[in-house]
Amino acid sequence: MRLDPITAPSPARRLGLPALALGATVLVAMGLALIAGADPLATLGLILKGAAGSKFALLETLNRATPLIFTGLAVSVAFRARLWNIGAEAQLYAGALLTVVIGTQLGLPGPLALPLMAFGAVFAGALVLLGPVLLKTRLGVDEVVTTLLLNFIMALFISYLLEGPLKDPMGMGWPKSPALPRDARLPRLIEGLRLHWGFGLALISALTVWVMQTRTTLGYEIRATGLNPEAARFAGIPVGRVLVKTALISGGLAALAGFSEVAGLKGNLTADLSPGFGYTGIVVAMLALLHPLGVVVSALFVAGVFVGADSMSRAAGVPTYIADILLATALLFMVLAILLTKVRVVRG
Amino acid sequence: MTEIVDILISASFWAAVLRIASPLIFATLGELICERAGVLNLGIEGIMVFGAFAGWMAVYAGLGLWPGVLVALLAGMAFGALHALLTVPFGLSQHVVGLGITMLATSSAYYAYRLALPEVTSPPRIAPFQPLHIPVLSDIPWLGQALFSQTALTWAAFGCAALVALVLYRTPLGLAVRAAGENPQAVEAQGLSVAAIRMGAVIVGSGLMAVGGAFLTMSAFSSFFFEMVNGRGWICIALVVFGAWKPGKALLGALLFAGFDALQIRLQQTPMGQVVPYQVFLMIPYVLSILALILMSRRAEVPAALMTPFNRGER
Repeated sequence: MRLDPITAPSPARRLGLPALALGATVLVAMGLALIAGADPLATLGLILKGAAGSKFALLETLNRATPLIFTGLAVSVAFRARLWNIGAEAQLYAGALLTVVIGTQLGLPGPLALPLMAFGAVFAGALVLLGPVLLKTRLGVDEVVTTLLLNFIMALFISYLLEGPLKDPMGMGWPKSPALPRDARLPRLIEGLRLHWGFGLALISALTVWVMQTRTTLGYEIRATGLNPEAARFAGIPVGRVLVKTALISGGLAALAGFSEVAGLKGNLTADLSPGFGYTGIVVAMLALLHPLGVVVSALFVAGVFVGADSMSRAAGVPTYIADILLATALLFMVLAILLTKVRVVRG
Repeated sequence: MTEIVDILISASFWAAVLRIASPLIFATLGELICERAGVLNLGIEGIMVFGAFAGWMAVYAGLGLWPGVLVALLAGMAFGALHALLTVPFGLSQHVVGLGITMLATSSAYYAYRLALPEVTSPPRIAPFQPLHIPVLSDIPWLGQALFSQTALTWAAFGCAALVALVLYRTPLGLAVRAAGENPQAVEAQGLSVAAIRMGAVIVGSGLMAVGGAFLTMSAFSSFFFEMVNGRGWICIALVVFGAWKPGKALLGALLFAGFDALQIRLQQTPMGQVVPYQVFLMIPYVLSILALILMSRRAEVPAALMTPFNRGER
C-alpha cells in the first residue's frame, strides 16, 4: 500500500474521521465492560454520570483537569518543536518540591510566599529539562530516554527527601512533607465551591501559550524548528537556542502542575502526588493536536474519563484501569484518524 | 574498598549478574532488531509489563513454563504487530505510537490482572524456572555456583544473542533488515518490501521484549507485581545505543550494567548502606544509563534511516 496526500480534504473527512475515532473508543469501552461481566451501556452511563452527573462530579473533573492542562501544555509546547519531553512527571515533582520548600521553610507571609513558590517551581521544572536539552543540542544525546530516566531518578530523590530532610516531624512516621501554612495556599476560585485558583492559572497559561505561539517571533521559530530543523537553521533561526527556550517553557509549565496540586489541593508533598499526570499529559496534548486551547478541552475530557471511571468502578465493579486503556486507544485511534484526513491509502 | 572486593569474589555476585542481565538481554536484543530495521520501539516498557503478566498468568492458569514463555512471546508479537501497522505502512510518529503502545500494554495487563484476581492483596506465586544442573560444570567449586547455576531462560537469553548476531550478519535476511534501516531505497530496488521487513522486525523484536518481561515473573521472581518492570525498558533503549546497535556489544553492555546493579544491591547491606540513603543506590542504574548515553554520543553509529518512515511513492 501507498499513501497519497489529499490536497483539500472535505469537511466530512476532517470532522468525520476524528468522530469515528472517538466512536471506536466508545466501542472498546463497551467491549471491556462486557469482558468484565458488566452491562456495557450501563457502564458508559455510570462513567458519564461520575464525570459530569452532579455539581460534585463536575468540580471533581475540573480539579483533576487542572494538573493535566499544565502537563498537556508542557508536552504540546515541546512536541511542537519536536523536542520529545517525556519527563513532565519529573518536572512536576521538581515544581512541587520547590513549592513546599519555599512555602514551609522561609516563613514568608502568604501574599509574598505564593508568587515566590510559583516562580521557584517554574525555575526548578525548567532546570530539570535544561539538562536533557543541553545534552541534546551539545552532544546529540537523545532526549526521549534521558527525560524518561529522569522521572525515575526524581521519584527516588523525592522519596529520599520525604523520608529524610523534608519529613514532617508531626507526620506519625508517614513519608510526607510538612503542610503549607493556611495563607500560603491558593484560594478558592469561587467562594463555596471546591475549585482552587490553580484552575484559573491553568486557563491563563493556556491562553498565554496560545498568544506566544501565534503572535510572537519565538512561537514562529518554535514551529519552524519543529517542521524542519535544517530548513529553520538555513533560514537563520538559532535552532539550538530555540530548543533551549522551548525546554524552559515546557519544564516550567509542567512544574506549575506540581505547584497547583500542592498549593491548591493537597497542601503538602507526598510521593504519590501525581498518579502519572506527566505521562497523561502526552495523551492530552496529542488529542488536542498540540493546540494550547485544545489542551484545555482535551484535559477536561481525559479528566472526565478518569473521574468517571473511578466512580463507575465503585458501582459496577469494572477495574479503574479501563480509563487508562481507553485513553491509550483514543490516542492511537486519533493519530491514525488525523493522518487519514490528510492522506489516502492507495493500493500498490 | 574491602567490602567491594569481598562482593566481587563471592560466587553469588556473579550468579546475580547473569540473572539480572537476562531480561535486559532479551529486551535489548528486541529493541535492537527493531532499530536496525529503522523503527524506534518505545512500546518496550509496556510490552515487557504485558509479557511479565501474560507468562505468569498462563502458568498460574495451568500451562507449563515453556508454553507460558510462548504465550508471553505471542502477546508481545501482537502488540508489536499493532505498533508495526501504525508506524510502518501508515508512517505515524514512532514516538507517539510507541508511548501509546506502552500505555495500552501496561494498562491492559493491570486491567486483566484485576479482572482475574479481584481483591487479592498479595499476588499468588507460581513454581518458576529452577537453576539447571549441568553435569561437571555446575560441580566446579566457586565457578559452578558463579556461572553455571542459572535457569534455562538465562541460557536462552545468551543463545538468543548469538542467534540474533548470526542472523543479522551472516544471512540474507539479516542483510535485508540492516539495509531497511540504513538505505530503504536500495532494498526496494532489490525488489524486496521495506514495509514487510520492518514490520517483521518490529513483531519479532516485540516478542523478545515480552520474553524479557516474562523472565521477571517466571525466573527471577515468582509473582507479578505492578511497577515491577520499573523502567527496565527505557534502560534497554539506552543499552542499544551503548552497544552501538551491535548484538555482541549490547550483550556486554547488559552484563556491565547488571554488574553495577548487582553491586549496588549488595553495597546496601554493607556499612556504607548505613550512611548513604538507599535511594542513592537505587538511582545508580538510571544514572548509569544516562552516563552511557553521554559516553557513546560522540561515536554512536545510528542506523541512517532510524525513525524515517518509508513511503513507496516518495522519492
